[in-house]
Amino acid sequence: MITKKDVEHIALLSRLDLTEEEKDKLVNQLGQILEHAGKIASLDTSKVEPTSHAVETKNVLRKDVKGPSLSQEEALSNAPEIEEGSFVVPKIV
Amino acid sequence: MSDYEAVIGLEIHIELNTQSKMFCDCEVAFAGEPNTRTCEVCLGMPGSLPVTNEKAIQYIAKLGLALNCEIANFTQFHRKNYFYPDMPKDYQISQFDLPVAGKGYLDIESDTGEFKRIGITRAHIEEDTGKMLHISRTGRIHGADYSLVDFNRAGTPLAEVVTEPDIRNPDDARIFMQSLRNIALHLGISDVNMEEGSLRVDANVSLRKVGQKELGTKTEVKNMNSFRALKRALDFEIARHTKLLEAGERVVQETRHWDDAGGKTTSLRSKEEAHDYRYFPEPDLVPLTLKPSYIEEIRATLPELPEARRKRFEDQYSLVPHDARVLSFEKAVGDFFEESAKDYKNYKSLVNWIMGEFSYHLNNQGLAIDECALTPKHLVQLLKMIDDNTISGKIAKEVFDEMFNTGKLPSVIVEEKGLTQITDQSEIEKVVDMVLEENPQAVTDLKEGKDRALGFLVGQVMRLTKGKASPELVNKLLWEKIKQ
Repeated sequence: MITKKDVEHIALLSRLDLTEEEKDKLVNQLGQILEHAGKIASLDTSKVEPTSHAVETKNVLRKDVKGPSLSQEEALSNAPEIEEGSFVVPKIV
Repeated sequence: MSDYEAVIGLEIHIELNTQSKMFCDCEVAFAGEPNTRTCEVCLGMPGSLPVTNEKAIQYIAKLGLALNCEIANFTQFHRKNYFYPDMPKDYQISQFDLPVAGKGYLDIESDTGEFKRIGITRAHIEEDTGKMLHISRTGRIHGADYSLVDFNRAGTPLAEVVTEPDIRNPDDARIFMQSLRNIALHLGISDVNMEEGSLRVDANVSLRKVGQKELGTKTEVKNMNSFRALKRALDFEIARHTKLLEAGERVVQETRHWDDAGGKTTSLRSKEEAHDYRYFPEPDLVPLTLKPSYIEEIRATLPELPEARRKRFEDQYSLVPHDARVLSFEKAVGDFFEESAKDYKNYKSLVNWIMGEFSYHLNNQGLAIDECALTPKHLVQLLKMIDDNTISGKIAKEVFDEMFNTGKLPSVIVEEKGLTQITDQSEIEKVVDMVLEENPQAVTDLKEGKDRALGFLVGQVMRLTKGKASPELVNKLLWEKIKQ
């Protein structure tokens, strides 16, 4: 089962600022989702290889060749704030 | 020494020198205008998809093989999730439980001459992060007001090597790093420049009572930007732990920042921050199967590594173990020696000049052997001029100095400065006669058996000929004249 503490932890990791109401709602909803996904556990998978991908494709590689990049202007065009050709971000440390 | 022993494990990051980034074709380079080598993929824009650089996989496999690691037949990427603005995607594509290279080891030779085997836990491939510049009015990282982000580096292929906690002192940690750096240079997979950040190291340090099995509480030290900084930071951290433990206090498990100017470590994160990276398989990248034939192909392309080269130097050039070790330790030094040895067969003399005069000059100016103007051609020509008596050994040092600084060939310097050794007996004889005439007291002394006077007389001749007279000839002539 999922607890309020779990929700708060996940919210912190996701940088979400939740109200008490939202937390309660999510305890419920996330619990339901987990319960639903938990049905898989009722299957016998002892003879199934773990898979990480739905497709069988493997070894997709590209040659090490450099190509054009975006211009600095294009790269920064979505940035809310720019300084000296860089993205400005709030203080972190 | 205290009752405690240090237990050190290293986590090393090596930027690979591929042409393009790990998952997109943006150029890999150092420095440059910020945010000029980015694209939709390395900026993490919605809808963009990464594609793995095959060369980066080759490089990490090479490194793994050189570190005696088991190379996985099946490997895949994971997302390492964390919120920090150095990655635009808010996750880093890394590897988790299926790295390219598993357990291995590297043998190092301590300053004491003792060989030690340092276990390698794993070596995996990931993408590098962007660069952050913390802007503050006080200049302190903790007081930053805001930060600037440059994503040029984001997505550069990065090899991460993790060692077992097998290292017992700061000097061995430094030697391990130097050895690893040399291997990467031999493999040609990275510039491994600590100042530029293409080689980075974090260290986990803990102390335990000698003889105790369990590990003590560790701290992780970051921001050591040179081999010297690594050694100093570890020395500091071990002393700090020792003091705490001896006072009956506890070491707090935390990440600490090495302040090179201040010569101390400081706690980097005040808040308890649980690492919860929520690794999961990267859905945008399919797994890789490295067939045994592929691994063998790569093994076949491995160049000669420092250890093998050291042994070959002993055999091929009859070098004593110490010389062979010094010459093979750094790739560029070994290359210089071998290039010179093609045209000059007195290897012992060659070694003496490289390890003596040459390394003295390099150390003096803080240069690496491949950063100076002097080439094997210069050195070989100089040594040949000594051998055929064109110049004396003393003059040779003067010429060396000049060619080191200017890059001029010794023949040119000798010609320009008129330094050719005087081997014409009659010419030296004139000077000898003059010196004998001017120094009757020294002549008397010498005749009375005061050998010190001979040195004085030789010195006078050398002074008058500006060091160009052949010392053997001067000696011979002086004796002859005195005995007359």
